[in-house]
Amino acid sequence: MTVNGQSRAGDVEPRTLLVHYLRDDLELTGTNIGCDTSSCGACTVHVGGESVKSCTMLAVQARGEDVTTIEGMATNGELHPMQQAFMECHGLQCGYCTPGMIMAATSLLAENPNPTEAEVREGLEGNLCRCTGYHNIVKAVLQAADGGTNGGAS
Amino acid sequence: MTVMGTPRLRKEDPKLLTGEGKYVDDLQVPGQLWMGMVRSPMAHARINGIDTSAAEAADGVHAVYTGAQLNDMGLWAAPLPCAWPVTPDMVNPPHYPAATDEVHHVGEIVAVVLADSRYGAADAAELVDVDYEPLPAVASIEAARDGSATAHSDLESNKAYHWPLIPDPDALEAAFANATHTVKAEFVQQRLIPSAMEPRGVLAIPSPAGGDLTLYSATQVPHILKVMIAATTGLPEGKLRIVAPAVGGGFGAKLNINPDEILAATLANKLSRPVRWTESRSEAAFSTHQGRGQIQTIELAADADGKLLGCRVHLDADMGAYMMLITPGVPLLGSFLYTGVYAVPAFGFTCDGYFTNLTPTDAYRGAGRPEASYAIERAMDLLAGEVGVGPDEIRRRNYLGGGEHFENLETPATLVFDSGNYGPNLDAALEMAGYADLRAEQQARRDAGSSTQLGIGLCTYVEICGLAPSRALGGLNYGAGGWEHAVVRFLPTGKVEVVSGSTPHGQGHETSWSMIVADKLGVDPDDVTVLHSDTAISPLGLDTYGSRSLAVGGVAIAMACDKVIDKAKEIAAHQLEANPDDLEFDAGSFTVKGSPDKTMPIQSVAFGAFTAHDLPDDMEPNLQEQVTFDPPNFAFPFGTHVAVVEVDEETGRVDLIDYIAIDDCGNQVNPLIVEGQVHGGIVQGVAQALWEGAAYDEDGNCKNPSFLDYLVPSPTEVPSMKLGFTTTPSTSNPLGVKGVGEAGTIGSAAAVINAVCDALSPHGIKDLPMPATPAVVWKAIQSSKNGGQS
Repeated sequence: MTVNGQSRAGDVEPRTLLVHYLRDDLELTGTNIGCDTSSCGACTVHVGGESVKSCTMLAVQARGEDVTTIEGMATNGELHPMQQAFMECHGLQCGYCTPGMIMAATSLLAENPNPTEAEVREGLEGNLCRCTGYHNIVKAVLQAADGGTNGGAS
Repeated sequence: MTVMGTPRLRKEDPKLLTGEGKYVDDLQVPGQLWMGMVRSPMAHARINGIDTSAAEAADGVHAVYTGAQLNDMGLWAAPLPCAWPVTPDMVNPPHYPAATDEVHHVGEIVAVVLADSRYGAADAAELVDVDYEPLPAVASIEAARDGSATAHSDLESNKAYHWPLIPDPDALEAAFANATHTVKAEFVQQRLIPSAMEPRGVLAIPSPAGGDLTLYSATQVPHILKVMIAATTGLPEGKLRIVAPAVGGGFGAKLNINPDEILAATLANKLSRPVRWTESRSEAAFSTHQGRGQIQTIELAADADGKLLGCRVHLDADMGAYMMLITPGVPLLGSFLYTGVYAVPAFGFTCDGYFTNLTPTDAYRGAGRPEASYAIERAMDLLAGEVGVGPDEIRRRNYLGGGEHFENLETPATLVFDSGNYGPNLDAALEMAGYADLRAEQQARRDAGSSTQLGIGLCTYVEICGLAPSRALGGLNYGAGGWEHAVVRFLPTGKVEVVSGSTPHGQGHETSWSMIVADKLGVDPDDVTVLHSDTAISPLGLDTYGSRSLAVGGVAIAMACDKVIDKAKEIAAHQLEANPDDLEFDAGSFTVKGSPDKTMPIQSVAFGAFTAHDLPDDMEPNLQEQVTFDPPNFAFPFGTHVAVVEVDEETGRVDLIDYIAIDDCGNQVNPLIVEGQVHGGIVQGVAQALWEGAAYDEDGNCKNPSFLDYLVPSPTEVPSMKLGFTTTPSTSNPLGVKGVGEAGTIGSAAAVINAVCDALSPHGIKDLPMPATPAVVWKAIQSSKNGGQS
């Protein structure tokens, strides 16, 4: 598979989850694990341009796919506009849900570049945050959309 | 320069936004062994035997140890600690990292597997065969009180302690005898699963030759953990280094000393290999303590005008299976706050702690204070109904200080509140909420017979934070002090390095501490580096909990800055050939009064202190000072929250449609961070009111341990919030700061349930249990239609 633009290959147990392959084998630990029931979205990445909870997918299912993780979002030291909006709006505290939120939010804007607040909330329904009460996350996504600079899903 | 009080983006964020933040599970080391925990499926049972042979034979398994074997290996110097024996006769059954002959809650560790891989450890743990003989389980506070079964078979009773706080029993009795109005209510504080987004985890790395051990843990309390690992394992404290790397939220759940941490430390030391464990989410309901778990009885006595005469409270508190670090003290942290923001001449509080066969309880965001705030604020609404006045009016009539500004006011619960100004705070909340318009809208819907009724709930809370004056903790028999330590040093290049004993896990200490230093020393906040959370770098500290970081740790930094300035002034005076008293320090430079050309920036002073070529006689080189601040008093933030809900009377569904909070945390350092803390806190309290609660069956099985069933709110369940602030500086510290980490949670559950009950008041519904799920609300409505019969 291609991960963040680089071709990666390896042997894994058939049962290995994509998130464990990314974290343990490729050492891309920015993608976090917050649950074991595909409920929290902390492990959200992009597969083929769409947001996917990487705990719901086996690594072998991503064979040949184009995968982007949080490590692939900033370019040349510049934060992605969504990352920048999260920073400016204080859309993160402990930061654990943040990579998944960023991936889900960029995917959301790719599908709906000008969402309402309600649409942002619905679009992020699969991603849980315990710190922010979502207030500033929603604000950040709306700001990224408003700026018209959202880079869309990769 | 005024940096404090102005919103500032966080310097923590770039790392966290790009995936560079390293949480415990992100750290990989060669040769590591994964622990797989074999956990009891029964709440109370005798262990008749354990067969580990299949697990030992599995591929990649290095060792398997039962609790009895671990015990026989002599690894334990003492049981897991309880630092707060609240009474001299408190019952405290020994609690070791793994059970030996009897288990006392579902999920208690009975054996541990060490394997080469994450998956291998989990697989092998399933191969361990344990022969359990079930014993009767105590699965609720009611069952514990009943006492027909005991949670520990060698105990005669489930009662752990009785704790009274009744300053004047005669006055209390007289208050109720003389009352025109009385209300009495029972509220249940359901158990909550804290659910920080990062599960807990631990990685212990031994250094076999030197005997050192480095332990990485997703903890709020590395300093306390260091002491306690030494105490429980006998490993020399001086050989231990504890690091809390990036920590993904805590909320009290990472304020403990856990079996997994002790197991990792001892087994890594014994096996001379790194040992690690990462909690799974569904495991967390058993491997991490839970919050709340109380049955509260509150009685209020008031005169004909609704002015309070007395308040009497009793708690039955669920300890769970064992006393963990501060389990018994959590309900008592609220004891002083059951009179809330009100002038109550007579007060009495008692608490009975009970053991159950459930996961131990301990601190969870607010720890005792949300429970207190809930009880008094719900009871005030009941009293308003009894007296026949509005919820705003009943509060106004009873505010401490007559609702006006006060300082250092003694309360009936024996505390001295640092400062308050409750009336204007309520005014601001009602105005922001558009209270009169909301009441008109509510009436219109009632008149129209709408099936979607509007409810408006108020809560004026006060909380106790800035934990804590060490003497006060001593008076409560708590096993440690409440100070915090800080070091501020100039580096030779003119940059500033701060070492803080506070240990953040999402609060943004690096940014806030940099702002304090920037204001004090006249430097750029970006020129300040904050070191923390590693006992090798920050050897002295008492960590982060109880909204204490700013009011104790931040103040220590400010005071250390003052000492730096004092020393720098002497050096500058020496080098400028002036009297120190003739020097002014402003915007980072010393200037001789009346001679604006005789000036020296503090960075130059710092370099001079480093080279030490020309210092005053007897002055030590370098510009570095330290302070250990022990606060003279707690701090008492307060605020008014207004919840607006819609209740669908046909389905029982409650929608929170608006939330207004006017908080007062004294002076603010970074309003951006303050607002974020309030937002998150509010939603955690709302979640207790409407959705969350650990549910147990009568055998002590948790019915909703995973995120499939335990309803942590998602973005669609809550609205954006409207925040405002009043500012009443604290008298407890020179910065005038109070603390805000738990305030939202302390105010919001009562506000929401008050709102739901307000919406349903035409049905005669006065109370609802939490969480007020659609089923709960629908049943209450149906019951009221049937004349109170369900």
